This record gives sequence, C-alpha cells and structure tokens, in this order.
Amino acid sequence: MTVTADFSRNVEEGHCVLRFSGNLTLLRVRKLAEQLKEIDADQLVVDLSAVERMDTVGAWLVHKLARDRGASIVGATEEQQVLIAHVAKADQPVKIKRDYERPLMRVVGEVGASAQTAGRTLYGLLGFFGSLLISTGNIIRHPRRFRLNAIAQQFEVVGVRALFIVGLMSFLVGIVIAQQGAVQLRQFGAEIYTINLIGRSSVKELGVLMTAIMVAGRSGSAFAAQLGSMKLSEEVDAMRTIGVSPMEALVFPRVFATVLLMPLLGFYAAVLSIIGGGIFCWISLDIPPVTFVQRIREVVPMTDLWQAMIKAPVFGMIIAMAGCFQGMQVEGNAEEVGLRTTAAVVQGIFLVIVLDAFFAVFFTEIGWL
Amino acid sequence: MTAPRETVIEVSALKNMFGHQVVHDDLNLDVCKGEILGVVGGSGTGKSVLMRSIIGLQRPAAGAIRVFGEPMIGRDEEEAKHVRRRWGVLFQGGALFSTLTVAENIQVPIKEFYPGLDQELLDEIAAYKTAMSGLSTDAGAKFPSELSGGMRKRAGIARALALDPELLFLDEPTAGLDPIGAAAFDQLISELRDALGLTVFLITHDLDTLYAICDRVAVLADRKVVAVGTIPELLALDHEWIQEYFKGPRGRAAASIAEREEASA
Repeated sequence: MTVTADFSRNVEEGHCVLRFSGNLTLLRVRKLAEQLKEIDADQLVVDLSAVERMDTVGAWLVHKLARDRGASIVGATEEQQVLIAHVAKADQPVKIKRDYERPLMRVVGEVGASAQTAGRTLYGLLGFFGSLLISTGNIIRHPRRFRLNAIAQQFEVVGVRALFIVGLMSFLVGIVIAQQGAVQLRQFGAEIYTINLIGRSSVKELGVLMTAIMVAGRSGSAFAAQLGSMKLSEEVDAMRTIGVSPMEALVFPRVFATVLLMPLLGFYAAVLSIIGGGIFCWISLDIPPVTFVQRIREVVPMTDLWQAMIKAPVFGMIIAMAGCFQGMQVEGNAEEVGLRTTAAVVQGIFLVIVLDAFFAVFFTEIGWL
Repeated sequence: MTAPRETVIEVSALKNMFGHQVVHDDLNLDVCKGEILGVVGGSGTGKSVLMRSIIGLQRPAAGAIRVFGEPMIGRDEEEAKHVRRRWGVLFQGGALFSTLTVAENIQVPIKEFYPGLDQELLDEIAAYKTAMSGLSTDAGAKFPSELSGGMRKRAGIARALALDPELLFLDEPTAGLDPIGAAAFDQLISELRDALGLTVFLITHDLDTLYAICDRVAVLADRKVVAVGTIPELLALDHEWIQEYFKGPRGRAAASIAEREEASA
C-alpha cells in the first residue's frame, strides 16, 4: 500500500487524458498538486480507474480539475463519485484569513484601545469600590449576613498559609539589607548604623511593601482566578438568581480578610526582617543581640510603626479589590481567566507602589520623619 | 454482518480506577471496520474514560487495548504517532486551540503529520473541510471564542476530519446542537462513513443518533460492557437499564421517528 499517487498524460482522440494511479490520499499528494498546476492542456479527461484509494484531498484535486479546467471524470467507482460530490458541495468561498490591517493603523488602534481600557478599568474599579461600600453598609445593617465562615476561611488562606513564605522572605531581606548596609557603612566606620538601617527600613517600608507584593502574588491572583472561574461556570449568575449578592458573599469576605490581615502580616514581616538583620549583625559584626535590641528600641520611632499600620490596610484593600474586580470582569473563555489574573497582580502591585510614594511624601510633610 | 470482519479496536479485560473507585473492571469491546458503534451508558459509567483509554490519554490499571492491531498501552509517543495519524478525535467541548483561527486549527494536524505541503493547498483543504462540517463561510477566519457552542463543535469535527482518518472518535457530538444541526450532523457522519469507509466510535446520549446512524450499540453498565448489538438485539435482552433506556418515553419517541422515516424511504 505504499504506492505513490501518480498520473500519466496521453492524448487520445483529441482529449488530454490524465490517468491517475496509486493512492490519491493526503499522504501521497504533496508533489501531485504542483504537477497538476503545470498542465495547460484543455479538454481534459480524468481517468480514475487505476486509483486504489482516494480520500477527500484526492477528491479535492480531481474536483479542482473539473471546476477550473472543465475536465470530465471517468472510471470513478460509486464511492469515489460520492466523495467527489461531497467535496464539490463543500466548495464554497470560505474566508480563511483574517482581514489585513495596516501596521500603522493597528498600532494607533491598539494605543487607543488600551487607553480606553485603562480609563474603563479605573472607572470600573471606582464603581466596584462603591458597590463594595454599599454591601458593607448592608452587612452592617443586617449583621446576620456577615459570613463568619467564609471570612474565617479567607483568614486561613490569605494569612495563615502565607506565614511561612512571608516570614522566610522577610528574614532573607533583613539579612541582605544588613549585609549590603554594613559593606557601605564600614567605609565611614559607621557600622553601628547598620542597626538604624535595618530597623527603620524594615518597620517603615519593607515589611509592609514586601508583604503587599507577596499577598498580591499569592492572594490577589487567587481571588481573580477563583472568581473568574466561578463567573465562567455561571456560578456567580446562579448566586444572583437565588438572591445572594456575590458582592456580599464572595467579594466582601475576601476584601475584609485581606484588609484585616495585611497589618498583621506586615508587622510579622518587619519583625522577622529585624531578626534576620540582627542575626547577621551578631555573626558578622559581633553586635550581641541584647545591644541590637536596645539600639532598635532607641532608633526606631513609634511613628514608623504607625505609618506601617496605616499603609497596610490600604494596600490590602487595593490588592483584594484589584483581584476581585478583575475576577468579576471575566467573560467568555478560560483564556480570559489567565489574562485577568495577570492583570490583577500587575495592577495590585503597581497601585500599591504608587500609593506608597504618596504616603512617603505625606508622612514627611506631617513631620513623621 | 455474518462474515468475520476486521476489528479496528480491541479492548480486552480493561480495568480503570481513580483512587479506590473502580470505573471499569474486566471490560471487553471490539469495534469492527466500517461500522458506527454507539456507546451508551448512564452518567458516570465511564464512557469518556473508555474513549480516553483507547486513545491513550488515560493509562488503564490493567488490560490490553489494540488499535489497528497494534498494542496501545505502554507505547512510546514516537511509535504511537503513526497510529495517531490514522484517527481523529472530537472532544466534548470541541477542544479547539484558542489562539488559532478555525482554519489554522484544521491545518494543525495536517502540518504536524505532513510538513511541507503547499500553503495554498492547505488553505483549500481548510476551506472545504470548513464547509463540509456545516460551518458558515466566514467561520474559517474566526477564533474559537467568537463561535457559538454548536459552531465550536463543528469546527472540532472539521479538525478531527483534517487527516481523513480511518477511525473517528466522537464524544457526544450532537449534545448542544439544535435538532436540525444534530440531524445534519448524523447525516454527515453516515455519508462520510460510506464515502471514506470510516469506522466511528461514538459516545452519545442522543437516541435519535443511535437509531439514525449506529450499526451497533454498546451498553456500558456495572463497570463493563453488558451488551453489544443492533438495537433490536438489545431490545430482546432482559436487562433493566437497557429496557428502561430504549423503552422509556424518549426511547419510544426516537424509535417511532426512525420507523416513520424507514417507512417513507
């Protein structure tokens, strides 16, 4: 059955007869299609009597000869005739390629579209925040609707399960700051100020910021993916028709849990970062832990901690809102879930860092140096 | 059908389990060349699992599966490739590649197995396959997300037929199609079978499809194939589920339609 499809050309009684042989199948027709194009004779007759097997591709080639050259077909078995008729019926002007767009137009169009998307996202986020506030108001007025179980579950997912990774990361960041700081400060003989560096940067900035980034990566993305797939499987719609508000049942517990846990996680991260730095100081700079702790208490003002504790819930709010908002925007297909999840993380982290800059300026202005 | 016919799929003593849950136990099934075999069974009896086992997506716990006479279990990917090229599979949801247009989806298997084909011929093939599957003429350039569920299914069929396979696996092809579309699809399958000598392994819940095009029907129950045969043969059996299935209100309706069609033919 390894017969290559082939054909012979003879001129008989004024007709050009193409006699096909072998298997006229996809496996064998690669060359044939090109050879057939080169034939320029008119009044073709296609003889299929020597063909062993034919599939739709073979039938298509024969049909094309009949269509473009007016070839008549002889020697086809009944099955082959059915096949050719099938293919002929399917010969319709089907659009295969997407419409061509000029590159310049496409770039301009894409810029416009993404500007529109950005505006719409911001607007949507504002609306989302509004409806979250309304839901919160509803829950306050009807405390029975406060879903303790759902919130406790989110506490576990967002907080407890994150303890290990947030702790480890902060610990390592503490060591890195101490090590890099010590190298620089040694040049001025001011190694002792490494402690100031560790204490103030951990408490004021890094603890909360690194935690926010980790929470955005862990939980913000999870929120978007969960709500997105629930949206896809019409769970959210089902909820609505039953009379349960998705805002209250799905979004509120997640946002609430994140807002509440961010300060705790941020504080925990700051403490572990200080511990990391302290261990480095002890081992590498011979500063005993007692001295280290004493110095930390002296150099880190209480306002640093207040700053962190004010920023943390706001960051938590932004991350959880970005995640839930993007999740609720999912429509259409599974691919969208992935895109929205990415968007949730990117937006969450971006907004957190922008706001952190605002906070830094603000706190400096009010004298919390 | 008295003469011994070439078997295309041979499943013997198949056992499948998920954890402790046994889905199939000592399951045997033969599919003959050129027939359309309908596979029916209640929800959760492992119809799709059986199909996935045969096409090598699910590794059975025990048993042997031969397709075109070649053992399928434990084959490495390269060796299995020349068998894979001889079959086409339609998954329940169509399983189209979401980043490619319908036409590109159809061309994927062709390009994979027959590299170096002329792009013009590829486009022509995609065009007539698109039309053949009953898709509208502008569907070729669309992405799967732009199609309705039924259209996605048709595009999936077009891709399954891309290589002109000898064996076609269809997982609930008419589910989600409107009755007109489902009937047209039944007709398409039986015509293609006649024209191409296709063997079709068809999982379905659609009684109309069973009556209209299936040569034999295999019934999955109690973790095995409890019966295989033509519908009259199955009706003669004294099995509770089979009786309920074919003699229930829907079964009777489908049977009477099939009778009427036969009478008018």
